[in-house]
Amino acid sequence: MSGAGEDAAPRTVALFASCAADLAAPGPALAALRVLAAAGLRVEVPEAQTCCGQVGLNSGHREPAKRLMRRWIEVFEPYDAVVGVSGSCVATVFHQFARVLDGEWRGRAERVAARTWEFTRFVHDRADGLDLELDTCVTWHDSCHMLRSLGEKSAPRQVLGRVRGLTLAEAADNEVCCGFGGTFALKYPELSCAMADGKLDDFAATRSGGRTPEQVVSADATCLLHLSLRAQARGLPLRTVHIAELLAAALPGGPRSLPADARDGAAT
Amino acid sequence: MSRAPHESAALTGRERVPLTRPGWAAGERQEHRRPLPLVAAEAVARPEARRSGARLADRSRDWHRGGWPEPMAGLRERAAAIRRETLADLEGYLAALTERITEHGGTVHRAATAADAAAAVRRIAAGAGARLVVKSKSMVTEEIELNRALEADGVEVVETDLGEYIVQLGDERPSHIIAPAVHLGREDVADRFEALAGRRLDRDAAALASFARGRLREDFRRADMGVTGVNFAVAETGTLVTVTNEGNARMVTSQPRVHVAVMTLEKVIPRMADLGTLIPLLSYAGTRQPVTVYQSMVTGPRREGETDGPEELHVVILDNGRSRIARGKYAEVLACIRCGACQTACPVFRTLGGGHAYGATYGGPIGAVLSPLLGEHPADAGLPFLSSLCGACGDVCPVKIPLPDMLVDLRADHAERAAPAALAARAGWRAWAAAWSSGRGYALSVAAARLGSRLLPRRLLAALPGPQRRWARGRTLPDLREAGRFRRTLRALRPRREGPADRPEEVGP
Repeated sequence: MSGAGEDAAPRTVALFASCAADLAAPGPALAALRVLAAAGLRVEVPEAQTCCGQVGLNSGHREPAKRLMRRWIEVFEPYDAVVGVSGSCVATVFHQFARVLDGEWRGRAERVAARTWEFTRFVHDRADGLDLELDTCVTWHDSCHMLRSLGEKSAPRQVLGRVRGLTLAEAADNEVCCGFGGTFALKYPELSCAMADGKLDDFAATRSGGRTPEQVVSADATCLLHLSLRAQARGLPLRTVHIAELLAAALPGGPRSLPADARDGAAT
Repeated sequence: MSRAPHESAALTGRERVPLTRPGWAAGERQEHRRPLPLVAAEAVARPEARRSGARLADRSRDWHRGGWPEPMAGLRERAAAIRRETLADLEGYLAALTERITEHGGTVHRAATAADAAAAVRRIAAGAGARLVVKSKSMVTEEIELNRALEADGVEVVETDLGEYIVQLGDERPSHIIAPAVHLGREDVADRFEALAGRRLDRDAAALASFARGRLREDFRRADMGVTGVNFAVAETGTLVTVTNEGNARMVTSQPRVHVAVMTLEKVIPRMADLGTLIPLLSYAGTRQPVTVYQSMVTGPRREGETDGPEELHVVILDNGRSRIARGKYAEVLACIRCGACQTACPVFRTLGGGHAYGATYGGPIGAVLSPLLGEHPADAGLPFLSSLCGACGDVCPVKIPLPDMLVDLRADHAERAAPAALAARAGWRAWAAAWSSGRGYALSVAAARLGSRLLPRRLLAALPGPQRRWARGRTLPDLREAGRFRRTLRALRPRREGPADRPEEVGP
């Protein structure tokens, strides 16, 4: 799993925020800073970071994507540990970098990937002393690359299990794609929306011990954005929260209650 | 379509069955195809798609959660190795297979193209004076559009797999590799059979199956020629293996005078013992059965003293671009054993209500990879984009074909070959990489996003041409007024800035 090859516990980590944090969803990256700091880590945010290139690669534009991959390596390879708040971006670093880059870049990609962690996995392995409490019921969406490329099924559930007062209600189809898929959402809007609708129906039918989940939690802000904006267009109440935001809210200094989805308030 | 007087009992009354399918689901693949996004939108909107999608989703939920248990995981590793071993010496194994089949008294026909293969079967049918052909389920005969070819010669062709029979009656292509009528419910089938019979039928599933069985039984007796596909062809022994749950392949290979087996060249496997791995794995991956109900093994035509079996056995081995594929970077796609698991597991395939909307012989993830490589139709080059890249297909593949990576790579191949019209898009992506390779360019584009969202209300943006209008089809636009807040907040957290611009922001414990 992420960073499993590196045994020395890092004290300083670089935060890989992803371009989604700069463009549309700053919440998860900001929350991750608070959570990692609460775990006693020094967090650096390399200012030169931009994008891992995933969207270009998956759109069929390999060379432009490789240019951004090489830049990503240059930006992050000076650090002992890198923590990313987007499951699919971390999966790109893990799986695609070494697969599509050539020459010396392949080795450099493998070396930096070995020091790169997905946020949830990092919290699971390296930040188990957090004091977390939140009285809520949530459901977890297994975002595709988090689940299948990184193989992270248990870490998020165990991390959520550390939050006192939190009930996890599993949705029947929690492993099914939300229909975002990057530019797939633009190329096939109706199909993409129909896939999101399947998820919305599934969430609506989810219960645990008589409780209904208040929010959908995931490790990918873009999946959550897709789901919440689809729900918004249909006038459905759906609140989503990134796991970093949930954990930040559960910290002693946090509100210890979940914030409403930022997108709800911003609706025009 | 043949208008000859009916030889077939099973097809009698076929003209009474109303054709309810859209054009893109028709039995004959369309030469002129509308753009994939339009067909996909139409497919998704059909209520039938929701029903069949739900049926497939139920299956996938029951079957695919939790990954590969032992001992299937071990079998999967072995099968993956066997298939790659075969692909490494395809011609060697084919030569051995051909030699064995010939020794047993069969005739092997190598066909370079789909048209060659269809022509070979037509010649065999003409030579045998065949009027009625019974078929067991075969995807390769879909690929070579065999039914049309034979019907053009006045030969009647009857599909004897229950699902294939149902789709044949409605003039449709199979919508799933192993579940050809998965896009239909029991009620749809009952309607179809009642129209065929011209009377009310018991609409219970067992009764409907029994009705079909009665009709087909008569044709098994009368047919002059049987056509089957091949699941595995054993090089070591020259044995052709076909698996079914209905036993129809056994009827097709034992009753008519002539048996024609059609296979693509990668169906060859090295040894008889490999079946011990491949049959259980195929059964498990396709339908979660420990083993299919029937495994028909044919080694040559009828010998002296045998009571059944055909007088003639012909094996048509189709290439249709596969030798070329086997030499290239996508060779592993030929490891496919046609279990259909990737289709069942694919949320895009399910939401489309099955494979018809793909427009090609093979739909779903395997089709989105294989069809563009086969080059069946220019429009197939766009199929790799008909995927959300969720990766479920790769996880369920019993022979570990890296379908998700192949989809990504085929997209790049497509973009590199793209027509001049796509040059602007390529330039756009290059400009994107250039801008985002510099801190200044990146900051500028983030600022532009924020400015744009401040100046233009989302409702106006959604109406302007561009990608955001496609996003707005069904979704509220994201609030890009959030753009830049991340870095602004960081700066506020650490106001004291010094040194070079690329100095990292630090947040202490």
